[in-house]
Amino acid sequence: MITIENLSKRFVLHNQGSAVIPVMEGAALHVAPGQCVGLIGSSGAGKSTLMRMIWGNYLAASGSIRVGHVDVAKAAPREIIALRRDTLGYVSQFLRVVPRVPSVEVVAEPLLQLGVDRDAALDRARTMLHRLNLPERLWSLSPTTFSGGEQQRVNIARGFIHAYPALLLDEPTASLDATNREVVLSLIEEAKARGAAIVGIFHDEAARERVCDRLIDVAAFAPKAAA
Amino acid sequence: MNALAQTPTPEVPLLAVRDLHKSYGARIGCTDVSFDLWPGEVMGIVGESGSGKSTLLSCLAGHLTADAGQVIYDGRTTGPRDVLTLSEPERRMLNRTEWAYVHQNPRDGLRMGVSAGGNVGERLMAVGARHYGAIRSTASDWLGRVEIDANRIDDRPSAFSGGMQQRLQIARNLVTGPRLIFMDEPTGGLDVSVQARLLDLLRGLVREMGLSAIIVTHDLAVVRLLADRLMVMKSGRVIEQGLTDQVLDDPQHAYTQLLVSSVLQV
Repeated sequence: MITIENLSKRFVLHNQGSAVIPVMEGAALHVAPGQCVGLIGSSGAGKSTLMRMIWGNYLAASGSIRVGHVDVAKAAPREIIALRRDTLGYVSQFLRVVPRVPSVEVVAEPLLQLGVDRDAALDRARTMLHRLNLPERLWSLSPTTFSGGEQQRVNIARGFIHAYPALLLDEPTASLDATNREVVLSLIEEAKARGAAIVGIFHDEAARERVCDRLIDVAAFAPKAAA
Repeated sequence: MNALAQTPTPEVPLLAVRDLHKSYGARIGCTDVSFDLWPGEVMGIVGESGSGKSTLLSCLAGHLTADAGQVIYDGRTTGPRDVLTLSEPERRMLNRTEWAYVHQNPRDGLRMGVSAGGNVGERLMAVGARHYGAIRSTASDWLGRVEIDANRIDDRPSAFSGGMQQRLQIARNLVTGPRLIFMDEPTGGLDVSVQARLLDLLRGLVREMGLSAIIVTHDLAVVRLLADRLMVMKSGRVIEQGLTDQVLDDPQHAYTQLLVSSVLQV
Protein backbone atom coordinates (compact mmCIF):
# COMPACT_ATOMS: atom_id res chain seq x y z
CA MET A 1 0.00 0.00 0.00
CA ILE A 2 2.89 2.35 0.83
CA THR A 3 6.13 1.78 -1.07
CA ILE A 4 9.11 4.11 -0.90
CA GLU A 5 12.15 3.65 -3.12
CA ASN A 6 15.48 5.41 -3.27
CA LEU A 7 14.08 8.55 -1.68
CA SER A 8 16.29 11.52 -0.95
CA LYS A 9 15.69 14.93 0.58
CA ARG A 10 17.71 18.10 0.94
CA PHE A 11 16.96 21.57 2.14
CA VAL A 12 18.38 24.65 0.40
CA LEU A 13 18.38 27.65 2.70
CA HIS A 14 18.50 30.57 0.28
CA ASN A 15 18.59 33.23 2.96
CA GLN A 16 21.39 31.60 4.91
CA GLY A 17 24.13 31.65 2.32
CA SER A 18 22.25 29.16 0.10
CA ALA A 19 23.36 26.39 2.41
CA VAL A 20 22.45 22.97 0.99
CA ILE A 21 21.60 20.50 3.73
CA PRO A 22 21.19 16.91 2.60
CA VAL A 23 19.04 15.13 5.15
CA MET A 24 18.11 11.82 3.57
CA GLU A 25 19.45 9.45 0.95
CA GLY A 26 18.34 6.08 -0.41
CA ALA A 27 15.33 5.75 1.88
CA ALA A 28 13.23 2.65 1.20
CA LEU A 29 10.14 1.28 2.91
CA HIS A 30 7.27 -1.04 2.18
CA VAL A 31 4.06 -1.31 4.15
CA ALA A 32 1.50 -3.94 3.15
CA PRO A 33 -2.22 -3.60 3.96
CA GLY A 34 -2.81 -4.54 7.60
CA GLN A 35 0.76 -3.77 8.63
CA CYS A 36 2.12 -1.12 10.94
CA VAL A 37 5.73 -0.02 10.50
CA GLY A 38 7.35 2.05 13.24
CA LEU A 39 9.99 4.65 12.43
CA ILE A 40 12.75 4.86 15.02
CA GLY A 41 15.92 6.89 15.36
CA SER A 42 17.24 9.61 17.59
CA SER A 43 15.72 13.07 17.61
CA GLY A 44 16.60 14.86 14.37
CA ALA A 45 17.32 11.63 12.50
CA GLY A 46 14.52 12.34 10.02
CA LYS A 47 11.47 10.42 11.25
CA SER A 48 9.12 13.36 10.89
CA THR A 49 10.80 14.45 7.65
CA LEU A 50 10.11 11.04 6.11
CA MET A 51 6.52 11.15 7.34
CA ARG A 52 5.97 14.63 5.91
CA MET A 53 7.34 13.49 2.56
CA ILE A 54 4.73 10.71 2.48
CA TRP A 55 2.04 13.25 3.37
CA GLY A 56 3.33 15.50 0.60
CA ASN A 57 4.07 18.71 2.50
CA TYR A 58 7.82 18.11 2.09
CA LEU A 59 9.10 17.77 -1.46
CA ALA A 60 11.31 14.84 -2.38
CA ALA A 61 14.60 15.59 -4.17
CA SER A 62 14.47 12.21 -5.94
CA GLY A 63 12.95 8.76 -5.63
CA SER A 64 9.36 7.59 -5.38
CA ILE A 65 6.67 7.40 -2.70
CA ARG A 66 3.78 5.28 -3.86
CA VAL A 67 0.61 5.39 -1.79
CA GLY A 68 -1.98 3.23 -3.53
CA HIS A 69 -1.73 4.26 -7.17
CA VAL A 70 -0.28 7.72 -6.59
CA ASP A 71 3.41 8.61 -6.53
CA VAL A 72 3.39 11.46 -4.04
CA ALA A 73 6.91 12.48 -5.11
CA LYS A 74 5.67 13.33 -8.61
CA ALA A 75 1.92 13.84 -8.29
CA ALA A 76 0.13 17.07 -9.19
CA PRO A 77 -1.42 18.96 -6.27
CA ARG A 78 -4.94 17.87 -7.19
CA GLU A 79 -3.92 14.18 -7.11
CA ILE A 80 -2.52 14.65 -3.61
CA ILE A 81 -5.65 16.54 -2.55
CA ALA A 82 -7.75 13.57 -3.73
CA LEU A 83 -5.38 11.09 -2.06
CA ARG A 84 -5.68 12.89 1.27
CA ARG A 85 -9.45 12.99 0.99
CA ASP A 86 -10.01 9.32 0.16
CA THR A 87 -6.95 7.24 0.94
CA LEU A 88 -4.34 8.76 3.21
CA GLY A 89 -5.02 9.91 6.77
CA TYR A 90 -2.62 11.76 9.05
CA VAL A 91 -2.65 12.26 12.80
CA SER A 92 -0.04 14.96 13.35
CA GLN A 93 1.13 16.35 16.66
CA PHE A 94 -0.48 19.65 15.90
CA LEU A 95 -4.08 20.61 15.45
CA ARG A 96 -4.60 23.37 12.89
CA VAL A 97 -8.22 24.49 12.77
CA VAL A 98 -10.34 27.50 11.96
CA PRO A 99 -10.84 29.21 15.34
CA ARG A 100 -14.33 29.06 16.86
CA VAL A 101 -15.39 25.92 15.01
CA PRO A 102 -16.87 23.35 17.45
CA SER A 103 -14.77 20.23 18.09
CA VAL A 104 -17.52 17.93 16.84
CA GLU A 105 -17.41 19.69 13.45
CA VAL A 106 -13.62 19.62 13.34
CA VAL A 107 -13.82 15.85 13.79
CA ALA A 108 -16.64 15.43 11.24
CA GLU A 109 -14.91 17.46 8.53
CA PRO A 110 -13.09 14.59 6.74
CA LEU A 111 -16.47 12.88 6.27
CA LEU A 112 -18.12 16.07 5.04
CA GLN A 113 -15.31 16.41 2.50
CA LEU A 114 -16.15 12.91 1.30
CA GLY A 115 -19.75 13.97 0.80
CA VAL A 116 -21.22 12.10 3.77
CA ASP A 117 -24.58 13.47 4.93
CA ARG A 118 -24.10 16.14 7.61
CA ASP A 119 -26.19 14.47 10.32
CA ALA A 120 -24.50 11.12 9.76
CA ALA A 121 -21.05 12.75 9.85
CA LEU A 122 -21.81 14.56 13.11
CA ASP A 123 -23.18 11.34 14.62
CA ARG A 124 -19.98 9.52 13.78
CA ALA A 125 -17.95 12.41 15.20
CA ARG A 126 -19.87 12.19 18.48
CA THR A 127 -19.28 8.46 18.63
CA MET A 128 -15.52 8.98 18.15
CA LEU A 129 -15.31 11.74 20.76
CA HIS A 130 -17.31 9.63 23.17
CA ARG A 131 -14.99 6.69 22.63
CA LEU A 132 -11.97 8.91 23.30
CA ASN A 133 -13.60 10.09 26.54
CA LEU A 134 -13.72 13.75 25.62
CA PRO A 135 -16.30 15.25 28.02
CA GLU A 136 -19.54 15.99 26.18
CA ARG A 137 -19.60 19.60 27.39
CA LEU A 138 -16.48 20.24 25.28
CA TRP A 139 -17.92 18.96 21.98
CA SER A 140 -19.56 22.25 21.09
CA LEU A 141 -16.44 24.27 21.93
CA SER A 142 -13.50 25.05 19.69
CA PRO A 143 -10.47 22.87 20.51
CA THR A 144 -8.12 25.88 20.33
CA THR A 145 -8.38 26.43 24.07
CA PHE A 146 -8.16 22.74 25.04
CA SER A 147 -5.33 21.09 26.95
CA GLY A 148 -2.68 19.18 25.01
CA GLY A 149 -4.28 15.83 25.73
CA GLU A 150 -7.75 17.05 24.75
CA GLN A 151 -6.48 18.50 21.47
CA GLN A 152 -4.64 15.28 20.78
CA ARG A 153 -7.87 13.31 21.19
CA VAL A 154 -9.73 15.64 18.80
CA ASN A 155 -6.89 15.09 16.35
CA ILE A 156 -7.10 11.31 16.73
CA ALA A 157 -10.88 11.27 16.39
CA ARG A 158 -10.52 13.25 13.16
CA GLY A 159 -7.78 10.95 11.85
CA PHE A 160 -9.73 7.76 12.53
CA ILE A 161 -13.25 8.88 11.60
CA HIS A 162 -12.83 7.70 8.00
CA ALA A 163 -11.50 4.21 7.26
CA TYR A 164 -8.43 5.43 5.36
CA PRO A 165 -6.55 2.58 3.62
CA ALA A 166 -3.26 4.27 4.62
CA LEU A 167 -2.50 6.14 7.85
CA LEU A 168 0.38 8.23 9.18
CA LEU A 169 0.56 8.52 12.96
CA ASP A 170 2.97 10.97 14.59
CA GLU A 171 3.17 10.19 18.32
CA PRO A 172 -0.52 9.30 18.64
CA THR A 173 -0.24 8.24 22.28
CA ALA A 174 1.82 11.21 23.47
CA SER A 175 0.20 13.28 26.24
CA LEU A 176 -2.59 10.74 26.85
CA ASP A 177 -3.49 9.04 30.10
CA ALA A 178 -3.52 5.24 30.39
CA THR A 179 -7.23 4.87 29.56
CA ASN A 180 -7.08 6.97 26.41
CA ARG A 181 -3.77 5.46 25.37
CA GLU A 182 -5.53 2.10 25.46
CA VAL A 183 -8.37 3.47 23.28
CA VAL A 184 -5.87 4.74 20.70
CA LEU A 185 -4.01 1.43 20.61
CA SER A 186 -7.32 -0.37 20.04
CA LEU A 187 -8.17 2.05 17.22
CA ILE A 188 -4.80 1.26 15.62
CA GLU A 189 -5.38 -2.48 16.00
CA GLU A 190 -8.85 -2.17 14.47
CA ALA A 191 -7.46 -0.16 11.56
CA LYS A 192 -4.87 -2.88 10.94
CA ALA A 193 -7.55 -5.57 11.15
CA ARG A 194 -9.58 -3.83 8.42
CA GLY A 195 -6.45 -3.71 6.24
CA ALA A 196 -5.00 -0.23 6.77
CA ALA A 197 -1.28 0.24 6.08
CA ILE A 198 0.20 2.37 8.86
CA VAL A 199 3.46 4.26 9.30
CA GLY A 200 3.94 5.51 12.85
CA ILE A 201 6.34 7.31 15.14
CA PHE A 202 6.03 6.12 18.75
CA HIS A 203 8.33 7.16 21.56
CA ASP A 204 6.14 5.02 23.78
CA GLU A 205 8.08 1.72 23.57
CA ALA A 206 5.33 -0.47 24.94
CA ALA A 207 2.90 0.94 22.38
CA ARG A 208 5.44 0.37 19.62
CA GLU A 209 5.95 -3.21 20.82
CA ARG A 210 2.23 -3.86 20.73
CA VAL A 211 1.13 -2.40 17.37
CA CYS A 212 4.23 -2.38 15.15
CA ASP A 213 5.00 -5.37 12.95
CA ARG A 214 8.42 -3.99 12.01
CA LEU A 215 10.70 -1.15 13.02
CA ILE A 216 12.82 0.89 10.65
CA ASP A 217 15.73 2.94 11.91
CA VAL A 218 15.84 6.08 9.77
CA ALA A 219 19.52 6.56 10.69
CA ALA A 220 20.16 4.09 7.87
CA PHE A 221 18.89 6.75 5.47
CA ALA A 222 21.32 9.46 6.64
CA PRO A 223 23.37 10.89 3.76
CA LYS A 224 26.82 9.29 3.71
CA ALA A 225 28.90 11.62 1.54
CA ALA A 226 27.92 14.86 3.23
CA ALA A 227 28.69 13.77 6.78
CA MET B 1 -13.02 1.85 -0.57
CA ASN B 2 -16.54 3.17 -0.55
CA ALA B 3 -18.86 4.33 -3.29
CA LEU B 4 -18.26 7.99 -2.49
CA ALA B 5 -14.62 7.77 -3.47
CA GLN B 6 -15.54 6.63 -6.96
CA THR B 7 -16.84 9.97 -8.21
CA PRO B 8 -14.93 10.40 -11.46
CA THR B 9 -12.50 13.28 -11.50
CA PRO B 10 -13.46 15.72 -14.26
CA GLU B 11 -10.76 15.85 -16.91
CA VAL B 12 -11.14 19.48 -17.94
CA PRO B 13 -9.95 22.26 -15.63
CA LEU B 14 -12.60 24.81 -14.75
CA LEU B 15 -10.14 27.59 -15.52
CA ALA B 16 -6.95 27.24 -17.58
CA VAL B 17 -4.74 30.31 -17.65
CA ARG B 18 -1.91 30.50 -20.17
CA ASP B 19 0.89 33.08 -20.39
CA LEU B 20 -1.23 35.91 -19.06
CA HIS B 21 0.44 39.29 -19.36
CA LYS B 22 -0.52 42.81 -18.32
CA SER B 23 1.66 45.91 -18.40
CA TYR B 24 1.06 49.43 -17.16
CA GLY B 25 3.10 51.29 -19.76
CA ALA B 26 6.68 50.10 -19.30
CA ARG B 27 5.95 48.59 -15.90
CA ILE B 28 4.94 44.94 -15.61
CA GLY B 29 1.64 44.30 -13.81
CA CYS B 30 1.85 40.54 -14.12
CA THR B 31 3.54 38.30 -16.65
CA ASP B 32 4.08 34.65 -17.63
CA VAL B 33 1.19 33.50 -15.45
CA SER B 34 -0.07 29.99 -16.22
CA PHE B 35 -2.09 27.61 -14.07
CA ASP B 36 -5.06 25.25 -14.05
CA LEU B 37 -7.84 25.48 -11.49
CA TRP B 38 -9.92 22.32 -11.10
CA PRO B 39 -13.57 22.09 -10.01
CA GLY B 40 -13.91 22.32 -6.23
CA GLU B 41 -10.40 23.66 -5.70
CA VAL B 42 -9.55 26.75 -3.70
CA MET B 43 -6.38 28.49 -4.79
CA GLY B 44 -4.65 31.17 -2.78
CA ILE B 45 -2.44 33.87 -4.29
CA VAL B 46 -0.01 35.50 -1.87
CA GLY B 47 2.67 38.13 -2.24
CA GLU B 48 3.47 41.55 -0.84
CA SER B 49 1.88 44.80 -2.01
CA GLY B 50 2.84 45.47 -5.61
CA SER B 51 3.59 41.83 -6.38
CA GLY B 52 0.90 41.76 -9.07
CA LYS B 53 -1.59 39.56 -7.26
CA SER B 54 -4.47 42.03 -7.45
CA THR B 55 -3.65 42.87 -11.08
CA LEU B 56 -3.79 39.17 -11.87
CA LEU B 57 -7.14 38.74 -10.11
CA SER B 58 -8.57 41.75 -11.94
CA CYS B 59 -7.37 40.41 -15.32
CA LEU B 60 -8.89 37.00 -14.59
CA ALA B 61 -12.21 38.48 -13.52
CA GLY B 62 -12.27 40.86 -16.50
CA HIS B 63 -12.05 44.09 -14.49
CA LEU B 64 -8.81 44.83 -16.31
CA THR B 65 -8.01 43.93 -19.91
CA ALA B 66 -5.02 41.61 -20.21
CA ASP B 67 -2.50 42.45 -22.94
CA ALA B 68 -1.77 38.86 -23.91
CA GLY B 69 -2.49 35.27 -22.97
CA GLN B 70 -5.53 33.07 -22.57
CA VAL B 71 -8.08 32.52 -19.81
CA ILE B 72 -10.03 29.44 -20.81
CA TYR B 73 -13.16 28.88 -18.75
CA ASP B 74 -15.23 25.70 -18.98
CA GLY B 75 -18.71 27.20 -19.12
CA ARG B 76 -21.73 25.26 -17.91
CA THR B 77 -23.43 25.27 -21.31
CA THR B 78 -20.73 26.59 -23.63
CA GLY B 79 -17.79 24.33 -22.72
CA PRO B 80 -14.23 25.68 -22.63
CA ARG B 81 -13.62 29.04 -24.32
CA ASP B 82 -11.25 31.95 -23.94
CA VAL B 83 -13.04 34.60 -21.90
CA LEU B 84 -10.59 37.28 -23.03
CA THR B 85 -12.20 37.09 -26.49
CA LEU B 86 -15.83 37.25 -25.31
CA SER B 87 -18.08 40.10 -26.33
CA GLU B 88 -19.09 42.51 -23.59
CA PRO B 89 -22.66 41.13 -23.22
CA GLU B 90 -21.30 37.56 -23.03
CA ARG B 91 -18.86 38.60 -20.35
CA ARG B 92 -21.57 40.38 -18.38
CA MET B 93 -23.73 37.26 -18.54
CA LEU B 94 -20.85 35.16 -17.22
CA ASN B 95 -20.32 37.60 -14.36
CA ARG B 96 -23.98 37.41 -13.43
CA THR B 97 -24.43 33.67 -13.66
CA GLU B 98 -21.30 31.57 -13.24
CA TRP B 99 -18.79 33.94 -11.65
CA ALA B 100 -18.77 36.00 -8.50
CA TYR B 101 -16.39 38.60 -7.12
CA VAL B 102 -15.99 39.47 -3.46
CA HIS B 103 -14.26 42.80 -2.93
CA GLN B 104 -12.01 43.56 0.02
CA ASN B 105 -14.14 46.54 0.88
CA PRO B 106 -17.81 45.47 1.04
CA ARG B 107 -18.81 48.96 -0.08
CA ASP B 108 -17.36 48.16 -3.51
CA GLY B 109 -19.48 45.05 -3.82
CA LEU B 110 -22.73 46.23 -2.25
CA ARG B 111 -25.25 48.92 -3.08
CA MET B 112 -25.22 50.89 0.11
CA GLY B 113 -28.51 52.70 -0.54
CA VAL B 114 -30.48 49.48 -1.05
CA SER B 115 -31.76 47.18 1.71
CA ALA B 116 -29.94 43.94 2.58
CA GLY B 117 -32.72 41.93 0.97
CA GLY B 118 -32.58 44.17 -2.08
CA ASN B 119 -28.84 43.62 -2.41
CA VAL B 120 -29.36 39.89 -2.57
CA GLY B 121 -32.55 40.06 -4.65
CA GLU B 122 -30.97 42.33 -7.24
CA ARG B 123 -28.56 39.58 -8.33
CA LEU B 124 -31.50 37.19 -8.71
CA MET B 125 -33.45 39.69 -10.81
CA ALA B 126 -30.39 40.18 -13.02
CA VAL B 127 -30.66 36.53 -14.03
CA GLY B 128 -34.39 36.74 -14.68
CA ALA B 129 -36.18 36.15 -11.36
CA ARG B 130 -39.40 38.19 -11.29
CA HIS B 131 -41.65 36.77 -8.57
CA TYR B 132 -41.35 39.14 -5.60
CA GLY B 133 -42.32 36.58 -2.96
CA ALA B 134 -39.85 34.00 -4.26
CA ILE B 135 -37.04 36.55 -4.47
CA ARG B 136 -37.71 37.73 -0.94
CA SER B 137 -37.81 34.25 0.49
CA THR B 138 -34.57 33.26 -1.29
CA ALA B 139 -32.94 36.46 -0.03
CA SER B 140 -34.11 35.73 3.49
CA ASP B 141 -32.80 32.16 3.25
CA TRP B 142 -29.38 33.46 2.15
CA LEU B 143 -29.22 36.02 4.94
CA GLY B 144 -29.73 33.09 7.29
CA ARG B 145 -26.94 31.10 5.65
CA VAL B 146 -24.49 33.94 6.20
CA GLU B 147 -25.78 34.37 9.76
CA ILE B 148 -27.59 37.69 9.33
CA ASP B 149 -30.81 37.84 11.32
CA ALA B 150 -33.91 37.74 9.08
CA ASN B 151 -35.35 40.82 10.80
CA ARG B 152 -32.51 42.89 9.31
CA ILE B 153 -33.68 42.17 5.75
CA ASP B 154 -35.08 45.68 5.24
CA ASP B 155 -32.09 47.48 6.80
CA ARG B 156 -29.50 49.13 4.63
CA PRO B 157 -25.95 47.76 4.75
CA SER B 158 -24.73 51.14 5.97
CA ALA B 159 -26.32 50.19 9.31
CA PHE B 160 -24.32 46.92 9.43
CA SER B 161 -20.96 46.22 11.04
CA GLY B 162 -17.97 45.50 8.78
CA GLY B 163 -18.23 41.76 9.33
CA MET B 164 -21.96 41.76 8.54
CA GLN B 165 -21.37 43.81 5.39
CA GLN B 166 -18.79 41.29 4.24
CA ARG B 167 -21.18 38.39 4.90
CA LEU B 168 -23.92 40.25 3.01
CA GLN B 169 -21.56 40.73 0.08
CA ILE B 170 -20.92 36.99 0.09
CA ALA B 171 -24.67 36.24 0.14
CA ARG B 172 -25.23 38.64 -2.76
CA ASN B 173 -22.50 36.87 -4.72
CA LEU B 174 -23.49 33.30 -4.01
CA VAL B 175 -27.28 33.56 -4.34
CA THR B 176 -27.17 32.87 -8.09
CA GLY B 177 -25.19 29.64 -7.57
CA PRO B 178 -21.91 30.60 -9.26
CA ARG B 179 -19.20 28.02 -9.95
CA LEU B 180 -16.17 30.25 -9.59
CA ILE B 181 -15.65 32.97 -7.03
CA PHE B 182 -12.85 35.54 -7.00
CA MET B 183 -11.99 37.05 -3.64
CA ASP B 184 -9.70 39.99 -2.99
CA GLU B 185 -8.54 40.02 0.65
CA PRO B 186 -11.98 38.86 1.85
CA THR B 187 -10.97 38.89 5.51
CA GLY B 188 -8.83 42.02 5.33
CA GLY B 189 -9.91 44.84 7.57
CA LEU B 190 -11.94 42.60 9.87
CA ASP B 191 -11.32 41.83 13.52
CA VAL B 192 -9.70 38.44 14.00
CA SER B 193 -12.76 37.02 15.75
CA VAL B 194 -14.97 38.13 12.85
CA GLN B 195 -12.37 36.77 10.43
CA ALA B 196 -12.57 33.31 11.98
CA ARG B 197 -16.33 33.21 11.58
CA LEU B 198 -16.07 34.32 7.96
CA LEU B 199 -13.40 31.69 7.23
CA ASP B 200 -15.61 28.96 8.63
CA LEU B 201 -18.57 30.24 6.64
CA LEU B 202 -16.55 30.36 3.40
CA ARG B 203 -15.16 26.87 3.93
CA GLY B 204 -18.64 25.45 4.50
CA LEU B 205 -20.09 27.20 1.43
CA VAL B 206 -17.21 26.11 -0.81
CA ARG B 207 -17.68 22.52 0.33
CA GLU B 208 -21.48 22.41 0.13
CA MET B 209 -21.77 24.23 -3.21
CA GLY B 210 -18.73 22.56 -4.79
CA LEU B 211 -17.36 26.03 -5.56
CA SER B 212 -13.96 26.79 -6.97
CA ALA B 213 -12.30 29.90 -5.65
CA ILE B 214 -9.29 32.11 -6.20
CA ILE B 215 -8.36 34.11 -3.14
CA VAL B 216 -5.85 36.93 -3.07
CA THR B 217 -4.49 37.68 0.37
CA HIS B 218 -1.30 38.59 2.18
CA ASP B 219 -2.33 36.53 5.20
CA LEU B 220 -0.55 33.17 5.25
CA ALA B 221 -2.69 31.91 8.13
CA VAL B 222 -5.84 32.53 6.06
CA VAL B 223 -4.53 30.61 3.05
CA ARG B 224 -3.39 27.71 5.20
CA LEU B 225 -6.92 27.26 6.48
CA LEU B 226 -8.80 28.05 3.29
CA ALA B 227 -6.75 27.19 0.21
CA ASP B 228 -5.89 23.77 -1.23
CA ARG B 229 -3.23 25.24 -3.43
CA LEU B 230 -1.01 28.27 -3.25
CA MET B 231 0.69 30.54 -5.75
CA VAL B 232 3.39 32.97 -4.61
CA MET B 233 3.95 36.14 -6.64
CA LYS B 234 6.79 38.61 -6.69
CA SER B 235 7.43 41.47 -9.13
CA GLY B 236 4.53 40.37 -11.34
CA ARG B 237 5.70 36.78 -11.71
CA VAL B 238 4.65 33.49 -10.15
CA ILE B 239 7.79 32.33 -8.38
CA GLU B 240 6.41 29.24 -6.71
CA GLN B 241 3.22 27.19 -6.67
CA GLY B 242 2.06 23.92 -5.15
CA LEU B 243 -0.03 22.39 -2.40
CA THR B 244 -0.61 25.01 0.28
CA ASP B 245 1.02 23.10 3.13
CA GLN B 246 3.95 22.09 0.92
CA VAL B 247 4.67 25.70 -0.10
CA LEU B 248 4.38 26.90 3.50
CA ASP B 249 6.23 24.00 5.19
CA ASP B 250 8.92 23.39 2.58
CA PRO B 251 9.24 26.57 0.50
CA GLN B 252 11.71 26.25 -2.37
CA HIS B 253 12.21 29.82 -3.50
CA ALA B 254 14.30 32.35 -1.59
CA TYR B 255 11.47 34.87 -1.44
CA THR B 256 8.93 32.31 -0.17
CA GLN B 257 11.40 31.17 2.49
CA LEU B 258 11.75 34.76 3.60
CA LEU B 259 7.97 35.29 3.55
CA VAL B 260 7.25 32.17 5.63
CA SER B 261 10.05 32.80 8.12
CA SER B 262 8.87 36.38 8.63
CA VAL B 263 5.47 35.42 10.07
CA LEU B 264 5.13 36.15 13.77
CA GLN B 265 4.11 33.15 15.84
CA VAL B 266 1.22 33.81 18.17
